[in-house]
Amino acid sequence: MITTYLLVIVVLPIAALLWESHKGGLHAFWQIVSSPEAQSALKLTFGTAFVVVVLNAVLGTVTAWVLVRDEFRGKSLVNAVIDLPFALPTIVAGLTLLALYGPQSPIGAHVAFTRGAIVLALCFVTLPFVVRTVQPVLLELDVEMEEAARSLGAGQLAVFRRIVLPNILPGILSGVVLALARALGEIGSIVVISGNIPYHTEVASVFIFNQIQSGYPEYAAAVATVLLGAAFVLLLAIGVLRFFATRHERA
Amino acid sequence: MPRRLGLRAVALGYLVVILLAPLGMVFYRTFQSGLEPVWQTLSDPDTIHAFRVTLIATAIAVPLNTVFGVLCGLAIVRRRFRGKGLLNAFIDLPLAVSPVVIGLCLYLLYAPRGGWFGTWLAEHGFQVLFAMPAIVLATIFVSVPFVAREVIPTLRELGNEQEQAAATLGAARWQRFRRITLPSIRWAVIYGVVLTTARCLGEYGAVAVVSGRIEGSTETATTRVEDLTLTFNTAGAYAVSLVLATIAVLVLVAMTVIRPREENA
Repeated sequence: MITTYLLVIVVLPIAALLWESHKGGLHAFWQIVSSPEAQSALKLTFGTAFVVVVLNAVLGTVTAWVLVRDEFRGKSLVNAVIDLPFALPTIVAGLTLLALYGPQSPIGAHVAFTRGAIVLALCFVTLPFVVRTVQPVLLELDVEMEEAARSLGAGQLAVFRRIVLPNILPGILSGVVLALARALGEIGSIVVISGNIPYHTEVASVFIFNQIQSGYPEYAAAVATVLLGAAFVLLLAIGVLRFFATRHERA
Repeated sequence: MPRRLGLRAVALGYLVVILLAPLGMVFYRTFQSGLEPVWQTLSDPDTIHAFRVTLIATAIAVPLNTVFGVLCGLAIVRRRFRGKGLLNAFIDLPLAVSPVVIGLCLYLLYAPRGGWFGTWLAEHGFQVLFAMPAIVLATIFVSVPFVAREVIPTLRELGNEQEQAAATLGAARWQRFRRITLPSIRWAVIYGVVLTTARCLGEYGAVAVVSGRIEGSTETATTRVEDLTLTFNTAGAYAVSLVLATIAVLVLVAMTVIRPREENA
C-alpha cells in the first residue's frame, strides 16, 4: 500500500519527466541543455550553490561550535531561531531579504537584482543544515581528548585541525550535501530578489519555470532532468555518508 | 577568552545579517503606514480565498502523509523486503529535488493536452492541472518525507521487545500498535506533523507551476504574496507575509517545545 502511494505521488511524476526529456532523443536533449540560456542558468545555479555551501560550511560550523561550547544569555533563543528558514515560506524569505537589501534598503545596501542577491537568499534558506548536522556531533565529542592534546603542548589550531575537525567532518559533509541539494533547487526566495534577468541572474529553477509558462515544457524538462540527476547523485552521497557515519555502530 | 568572544560575534553577526535584521524589517515595513492597508489586504476576498486554498491543501496533505509516514517507518524498520533501499531513497527524493521540477513532473502528467493522464481525464470532464487537485497533489508530493524521517530513528531506538512481550500475552496486532508503538513514537509523529504543516503552508515552487494562479480561484497564500509584489502592492505583500511569518514563528515555538520531549521519549 505504501509502495502504491509513493508510486502514484512521487515515482510516476518523475517517470513522466524522464520520458518527456528523452522523447526527442539524446541529441535533442543535449541541444537544449547546451543552449546558451540554459548553460548560463545552469552555470549560475551550480556556481552560486557552491559558493553558498562553502560559506555555510564555515559559518555553520562556527555557529554550531558557539551553540555547544559557548555560554551566553539568550543562547536557547538563538538555538531556536536557527530553524527559522525551515519554518518560513521561501517566498516570504525572499520578500524579507528584499525589504532590507532591496531598492528601498534603509542601510543603503542595495544588492537586489544582482548575483550577490542570489547568494544572500541561498545563505538564508540553507543556514540550518550544517549547524544541525554538526551540533549533535560536537555535543557527543569528548572534551578530554582536546584537553589531553593541549596538555601535551598542542596549540589551539593543532587541536582543532587534528582532533575536532576529523570528528565533525562527516557532520559537516552531510550538512553540505543537504544544503547543496536545497540550493540547487531553490526558487521561492530567489524569484523576488534576483530580478530573473536571462544570462545574468536567471537560475535553473527560474529558467524551468519560465519555459513552462511560455509553453516550452520540453525545454523545461531537459534542464529539469539535469537538476534531477544532481539530486540523485546527492541522495547517493547522503546514503554513503550515512553508511560511514554508522560504520562503528554496526561493527 | 577573546577568541571565544570573536567566534560568538561571528556566529551571532551572521544570524543578524541573514535572518533577524531582514525579518525585523518586514515587521517595520508592514506597519509603517498604519494598520489600514494591512487590514485592507487581509480582508480582501481574493486574499481570504488564497488562504482558504492553502488551508484545504494542507488539511488534505498532512493527514495523508502522517499515515503514510508512520506506515512507511514501520515497514522500513520492522520488515525485511526487497527494494527497501529504493523505498528509503525515494522517500528522501522530495527533499533533494527542486519544487519547480516537482511542479513540472505533475504538469507533464496532468496537462489537459498531451499529459499522460491529463488528456483522458479532460475527456471525462476532470480538470486536474490549474485546479484544486493539482495544488493538492503538489502539496502532498513536497511534504512526503517529514513524518517518516522523524518516525524511523525513534522506531529504531525503540526496538520491538515490548511488542513481542505483548504479543506473547495475546495482544492483537492493532492492539499492540495502539497501546505500545503509537504512545512511544507519539512525539516523533507530532514533530513530523509540525514540519509537514509548515512545509505545506509555505509551498511555493511546485504550486506556482501547477496552480495556474488565478486570483480568487487557484491562488494560494504564497503565490498571492508574489502577485502582490509584482503588482507593486508592497504593503499588501508584506501583510500576507506577516501572517505566514507569524505561523512560522508558532511552528518554531512548537518545534522548540516538542524536540526535547521527542529526544527523551
